[in-house]
Amino acid sequence: MSPETDARRIAEQERDRVRFEEEVLELAEQVYRVARRLVSSREEAEDLVQETYARAFRSWSSFTPGTNLRAWLLRILTNLNIDRGRREQRAPDTQPLEEGDYFLYNKLEETGAADDEERVVERLSQEGVVHALSSVPHDFRDVIVLVDIGEFSYQDAAQILDIPIGTVMSRLHRGRRILKQELAEETVGETA
Amino acid sequence: MFDPCTQCEEMLQPYLDRVLSEEERIEAEDHLNRCAYCAKRYRFEESLRQFVRQAVSEPMPAELKARLSALRTPL
Repeated sequence: MSPETDARRIAEQERDRVRFEEEVLELAEQVYRVARRLVSSREEAEDLVQETYARAFRSWSSFTPGTNLRAWLLRILTNLNIDRGRREQRAPDTQPLEEGDYFLYNKLEETGAADDEERVVERLSQEGVVHALSSVPHDFRDVIVLVDIGEFSYQDAAQILDIPIGTVMSRLHRGRRILKQELAEETVGETA
Repeated sequence: MFDPCTQCEEMLQPYLDRVLSEEERIEAEDHLNRCAYCAKRYRFEESLRQFVRQAVSEPMPAELKARLSALRTPL
């Protein structure tokens, strides 16, 4: 390869890298929002996002252009989170009796006027929701955070967490029900 | 015993996720058009999802963005 071709190739690579870094930075807000709910504190989320970005900038050449950059970043982030040993806490084998999907509404209706379902939701508090979500076991919570908060597809969530898509679906289904039970407990103070 | 409301409750999540088959979707909508009890609970679930998403969204601290920019490869 001639020195000119070599120089041109290097310049092109440099341009691609700069563009990559800019795109990655534009996603920071969205990445943080997901990270914040995967871990328990703001400090932890900030550290995790920072480590993710350091690694993403270092390994930019392993990203395949045209694929989902946000999912690629989240894959790095969840792997780093596992490396940090956060995964020691596994979902307990025994879960409380699972209630159906109407459970929360029924509970709220029982304990107050429920003429308008949009007003019923207002009985939940912001802090209550945050606390209820943090009480959902990790395996279920991760999927809820990616799909319902991060708005990732089932397919993306499966790739990010390295689990089969069927597992994403079943954990999501069950996780949302657990979340609703937690919310019922937060709001009306009763367990299933 | 076959209970259409129990069946509709089972379809709530896949319905809102838009992953039901065409046939199942029609079946669910047919029931929802006739059943105020289930329709109310479906509307609640939609509001709930939106409420949860907003409630847990925390803006990124401004200084973190600066720290991330500082990690970029120097030109």
